[in-house]
Amino acid sequence: MWRFALNRLLQAVPVLIIVISATFMLVHSAPGGPFSADKAVPPEVIKALEAQYNLDQPLWKQYISYLGDVVQGDFGPSFKYSGRTVNELIAAGIPATAELALYAMMVALIIGVSAGVAAAMRPNTMRDYVPMSAAMLGICMPSFLLGPLLVLIFGIYLEWLPVSGWGDMPGDKIMPSITLGTGYAAYIARLSRGSMLEVLSQDYIRTARAKGLSEPVIIFKHAMRGGLIPVVAFLGPAFAGLLGGSFVVETIFQIPGLGRFYVQAAFNRDYTMILGMTIFFAALIILFNLLSDMLAIWLDPKLRQQARGNN
Amino acid sequence: MSYSSAPKITKANSADYSFLRANSVKAVATLLLLTVLSSCGGGENNVSAGNRSGILHWGNGTEPQSLDPHIATGVPEHKIIVALMEGLVLKDSKTLEPRPGVATSWDISEDGRVYTFYLRENARWSNGDPHNAHDYVWSWWRALQPALGNLYAYMYFPIANAKEYYEGEITDFEEVGVKALDDHTLRVTLNNPTPYFLQLLDHYSLFPVHRATIEKFGDADQRGTRWTYEGNLVGNGAFQLSEWKINRRVVVERNPHYWDAGSVKLNKIIFYPIENAVTVERMFRAGQLHYSGTVPADKIAAYMERKDPALHIAPYLGVYFYRINTRVPQLQDKRVRRALGMTIDRDKISQRILKGGQIPAYTITPPGTMGYYPKSDLAFNPEAARRLLAEAGYPNGEGFPATEILYNTSEGHRKIAVAIQQMWKKHLNIDVKLLNQEWKVYLNSITGLDYEIGRAGWIGDYVDPNNFLDMFLCNGGNNRTGWCNPEYDQLILKAAPEAKTHTERLEIFNRAETMLLDDMPVIPVYIYTSNNLVNPSVKNFNDNILNQPSFKEMYLKADQADSGAKN
Repeated sequence: MWRFALNRLLQAVPVLIIVISATFMLVHSAPGGPFSADKAVPPEVIKALEAQYNLDQPLWKQYISYLGDVVQGDFGPSFKYSGRTVNELIAAGIPATAELALYAMMVALIIGVSAGVAAAMRPNTMRDYVPMSAAMLGICMPSFLLGPLLVLIFGIYLEWLPVSGWGDMPGDKIMPSITLGTGYAAYIARLSRGSMLEVLSQDYIRTARAKGLSEPVIIFKHAMRGGLIPVVAFLGPAFAGLLGGSFVVETIFQIPGLGRFYVQAAFNRDYTMILGMTIFFAALIILFNLLSDMLAIWLDPKLRQQARGNN
Repeated sequence: MSYSSAPKITKANSADYSFLRANSVKAVATLLLLTVLSSCGGGENNVSAGNRSGILHWGNGTEPQSLDPHIATGVPEHKIIVALMEGLVLKDSKTLEPRPGVATSWDISEDGRVYTFYLRENARWSNGDPHNAHDYVWSWWRALQPALGNLYAYMYFPIANAKEYYEGEITDFEEVGVKALDDHTLRVTLNNPTPYFLQLLDHYSLFPVHRATIEKFGDADQRGTRWTYEGNLVGNGAFQLSEWKINRRVVVERNPHYWDAGSVKLNKIIFYPIENAVTVERMFRAGQLHYSGTVPADKIAAYMERKDPALHIAPYLGVYFYRINTRVPQLQDKRVRRALGMTIDRDKISQRILKGGQIPAYTITPPGTMGYYPKSDLAFNPEAARRLLAEAGYPNGEGFPATEILYNTSEGHRKIAVAIQQMWKKHLNIDVKLLNQEWKVYLNSITGLDYEIGRAGWIGDYVDPNNFLDMFLCNGGNNRTGWCNPEYDQLILKAAPEAKTHTERLEIFNRAETMLLDDMPVIPVYIYTSNNLVNPSVKNFNDNILNQPSFKEMYLKADQADSGAKN
């Protein structure tokens, strides 16, 4: 298992280098620079600013020196937020974004798995159709619609929950987590229903029943362990997706997370910020994929055997 | 997905799952109830709580890019900086007339070129250090260091030799027209009499900065040092910085060392960086904010309809206009440009599209700027416009090449461009295409004259026609139309500064503006309005054409017990 992990981490290095190089080229080829503004910027100022941020060097030199900094874990200064480093801005955004992603994942798992399992237990009945249709609706409903809808009902009309904020008022984390988690809950519901159906028809479940095991033991101990492997495999990319895709929810609910910086950085042509965020997210995606693969291997004896064989 | 092909479980092999149903339903119900109960504990919203404790909750647009007055450029930064720092002179929040700030009084020489400021002896920095005339000399020296990248350096250019120093023509700062005669007397010498000079002193780019703090965190001309961080920043304003949480809030609280601390009524201001107009309006409505500087365009009508006292609409010193690239062949003839300008039905745009009380513009300078009411012969006149277009060789629009309107991506700009496109089709029978570009790409196209007709806006930095008209000087960085008229330049650069009286000066501006409108490299469309949502419990919030708040005057008082909960 550890050799497998190490192998995968080594493979990640060229992936990251490609990501950095491609992003570097892309941001530098986008029209409009970080210092262009509505009001004309005097050439002296542009010159001073470019010198300060190393932009007066030839592109290849900038690239080499940037790579050198990244290797040392330094993403450089933000062009837009004078005095802030990209590391500092990412660090400031991580807690809220990670917390939001975690809660959203919990929402997604609790709703998704219970709906999926319940549906799989009575397939092709109302108890299957209703949650699965709801899941379809959940997948289709974009967060920019669901968020404001929830706010309207629970924030403005019922006044049960704060309309925005993160950790400022009790209960302000509920609506964003639900908004972000719903789409994933729906997907997980369909995923777990499908694989549970498959598992419940397997011989070993029939054997378990024949042995007279109680239903909870069959479902929770035997069926779910195998039935949730696709869900576990989905968790890695899903978590990375939640971290990187929370921009809309962060905007709707005024959450001080990373998503807003990412999008703003692109608009501002904040080169170092775009690069830093991209590298950060790429690394996260690689890491979470690895973690979920390791979890799947741990859950699935067949895969465990394979991993051992490969190494 | 695999479930569709999965074998069905028949009733026979599906066992009793009722245990799950009953328990899970109970569990979910309990969880939901607990969550909801735990979340509605507080009850009191920010506005009501703030009214009791003197804390103003202010929706402030975006995360400030910097709080260094010599680096910052945006409106959100401006709002925070004016709470933290102060210039020699303040502006009256209603009339914008100059009022004593750090300077108690000032003399102006007869020729209008030498200003002598007498500074308060009790002026202090927020750390208690004495604040005197030398601070200004040093701060202004710093602001003029090219390495600092100060985008507002041009605000200093009325001062004798400031431009020359900034551009490196002279290297000795002693030659620049600012001298500390003693600790509390500052003499400023200008190139020319500049009637708006006192106003500039209330612009943050001319605010003083605390030398010891800046030098503690880096070189004086170094950008992006940590001196503006929470815990580091030392200012001279009514408030001091107590917290700056990125993307969350900036908190300022009363500065006990401020010379006029006794008259400051607010205990704290919390600035929230909220970019999304819909979110900020919703927060305002839910009583989480006392103030929002943006109102979504489609909500303005609803506020106006129910005559909501929270909605403040006031004229704003800014103009929305279209630039014409005068180097494009079909737009080189001024008769074509005039025809385009004469077929925009500005009343219709203002009433049917904008709906926020915007004033149709027939001049580039907003009327009333420092008593300036420019005469304009521009009017909506399709018939005359058609004649002009025919004279230019395009009778009934025939043969007029397809022309493009460029705007930066935004629903509001699109609506106006569509309306103008239709007006030109209807009245001039010419085809216009629309092109939208993302902000930075658009800026690139406009500055590089890579456009035909482009939307634009200009917000005044100070209240004077000069701030609008000097945009269109031949080599003006903001001209961006390719239009150049040496006679115009001569009026703005030479004649106006030498005018003997205010009236004479305004007449010169009027002549220049007439020249500009006659050649029409720019088509004025409307004068902006500021749209603010202000909770009625905020007192002394005065609307002015710079949309500049005076936090030191504001206070909070709820008229009814529950005002603020609902608006």
